[in-house]
Amino acid sequence: MQRSALRVEKEKSEEERQRDIDDEHWVLDLPETKQKESKYVFDPSYTSVEQLCYGRMSFNGFNVEVEKLMKLHNASAELEAAEEREREISVPDKEMANRYKSLIGTIGKKFAKKRQRSEIKDMDDGKVTIDLTQDNVPMKKKKNKEKPKFLKPAD
Amino acid sequence: MVDHVNELVLPGEILTKFNESEKTQKALLGPGLRQEDGDIIVSKPGILKFREPNVYWVDSFQKRYIPTKSDTVIGIVTAKAGDIFRVDIGGSDQATLSFLAFEGATKRNRPDVKVGDLVYAKLLVANKDMEPELVCIDSGGKNDGLGVIGREGGFMINTSINLVRKLLSAECELFKTLGKNLQFEVAVGVNGRIWVKSRSVSQTIAVVNAIEASEFMTNAQIKTMCKKLADTLAGF
Repeated sequence: MQRSALRVEKEKSEEERQRDIDDEHWVLDLPETKQKESKYVFDPSYTSVEQLCYGRMSFNGFNVEVEKLMKLHNASAELEAAEEREREISVPDKEMANRYKSLIGTIGKKFAKKRQRSEIKDMDDGKVTIDLTQDNVPMKKKKNKEKPKFLKPAD
Repeated sequence: MVDHVNELVLPGEILTKFNESEKTQKALLGPGLRQEDGDIIVSKPGILKFREPNVYWVDSFQKRYIPTKSDTVIGIVTAKAGDIFRVDIGGSDQATLSFLAFEGATKRNRPDVKVGDLVYAKLLVANKDMEPELVCIDSGGKNDGLGVIGREGGFMINTSINLVRKLLSAECELFKTLGKNLQFEVAVGVNGRIWVKSRSVSQTIAVVNAIEASEFMTNAQIKTMCKKLADTLAGF
């Protein structure tokens, strides 16, 4: 009991002291100033801005080591350029998926048998794939039934 | 802004309406452009250049080198002071180069660098209020073509910063055309110093003359010059 009373008293004194400290502080009564995000990035180097090449060069095998380094640096630059070109030319995954979604019917036709093909013509594209899988099983069974059995010749 | 591109701009001009990149909504401003109180002002006289998608800079004639971070330069070692070398890179102040900033260097195994040597080095620190600092290794600890050059001969020339930028641009054909007929090696520092080495003195002179003459030439002119040079060297 005594301890808890002590604790309460201590908390109270702490609060009072905190209030005293807060009163002592001087605060400017202004709205918070927001740091505006800069719209610019600065790069004072000509090397990156003008995309300058690697500065050491050797020709006709004068310095083999430098020629190796040259090849390395130029290859990385070419690779970046090629990737950039690729990005511009290539088809994004989403577009590819959409294209193939619309092609399901046409490609399904390729794998279908002749008899099924005529059926497909009547149906709309969406149903085709489902129908194909369902049709395949009973067709096989039918074929088995029709298979001619060995008939014992009559003596 | 768009109407200023490829036109002359003068210090103090305020530029607006920059093209911003779609991803970051920011424009990249290179040398010659400065921000002051939210405005972008020009700080060098020259032609305003633009590169897709959002890069702007001022292309001006310049002979004095201003150290910039991650530039590769050719420096001359002027003094050895404790564990650093003092290197003259053509800027307003000498640069420092730690002896530990060489490939394979340790406290015990000091690199072999003497006063008067040429070093091909990269700027690690370049600040207008501080000494520039050089290194001769890349972030992986490899030398990457950096280090002491010209121990076994060669010749260094001082040129304008513009010529160096022209020679290092992807469009310039000078070294490629010269390299068809000659066997030589160059190190080009963006501080306007070019070091050339070849099989003989006459060839070195030829290359140096070609470099100096090419400053205001077009690619076609450079090609005809190189052809003439090759003929003269061959003795025609």
